[in-house]
Amino acid sequence: MHASATHAGDHAHEHPTWQTYTKIALILFALTALEVWSYDIVHRHSPAALAVALEPIVVEVLLLLSAVKFALVAMFYMHLKSDGKLLASIFSFSLLLAAVIVVGLMIIFSYLYHVHPTLNPLK
Amino acid sequence: MADTAHAHADDHHYTATGIDNRKLAIWTFIGSECMFFASLIGTYLVYKGRDVSGPMPHSTWLLKGVEQEQMLEIPLVTFGTALLLFSSFFVVLALNGAQRGNRKQLLGWLCATIFCGMFFVGMQVFEFTHFAHRGMGYTTNLFSSTFYTLTGFHGTHVTIGLIWLLSVLAVALRGKLPPEKSLNLEMAALYWHFVDVVWIVIFPVVYLIR
Repeated sequence: MHASATHAGDHAHEHPTWQTYTKIALILFALTALEVWSYDIVHRHSPAALAVALEPIVVEVLLLLSAVKFALVAMFYMHLKSDGKLLASIFSFSLLLAAVIVVGLMIIFSYLYHVHPTLNPLK
Repeated sequence: MADTAHAHADDHHYTATGIDNRKLAIWTFIGSECMFFASLIGTYLVYKGRDVSGPMPHSTWLLKGVEQEQMLEIPLVTFGTALLLFSSFFVVLALNGAQRGNRKQLLGWLCATIFCGMFFVGMQVFEFTHFAHRGMGYTTNLFSSTFYTLTGFHGTHVTIGLIWLLSVLAVALRGKLPPEKSLNLEMAALYWHFVDVVWIVIFPVVYLIR
């Protein structure tokens, strides 16, 4: 009973078409080009006006572009958009824990270097 | 007749959640891998910019009084990144072919995916060899240790993904991947997309953010 209900559910959650996959691939390619272009502008300082404007926010821009690419691959290529909420919840919870690990490590080490400066490799 | 129906039912290992247990397993595994890579990325970030001596990733450095160029080769890695992204695109087209029973589409795109993956691994081997020739060993400084550990583990995952895709290709070539068994390719594809999304994070964090 359950299997047949699920089987019907499988067909209800159709995967995207190849046209959608192609559009996503082009967007991913464009976003990667934008990432490298942003890096290049700041690195070469050319054009100067754009480099001055971009330099203070380049890290945020790169992280934002990366997050958008990540979300596009997860939603469309990994089918999280069409495969139901449970799988999306498992992945989202894992990403939340992953973010806690990264931020936690940075906070712990920053605190450690503050309290025990001799542990800092730069000291 | 009854045996056939039973065999067909056995092909779909549904759980109480209504999701095939193999799919649930691969997603749980991917979840645990997220945390594994988070610890490596976190460690890289903790030690980023704390080197007291070269080689430096983004700036010139001195070796016996001679100025050396920055270590990271952005154009080469950008090309590798683009190929890895396209390989994700190719594998969904292969899966699309497998689900529709289009053998030509399945084999063609799967071969394209494997080719892109092989180029990426080759790019990484070239990069590591080049760095070693320029004097950057695993224990040279904090950057080298964290860089090799993070990108090396990612490269290992890409290699495992390649072996998995090659085994699926071998099955497909023998004509044993009909549409009702396309989940076998979907699981390999999910793993492949995962190594792609990890690189989507590693590329800016390691190569673009100074």
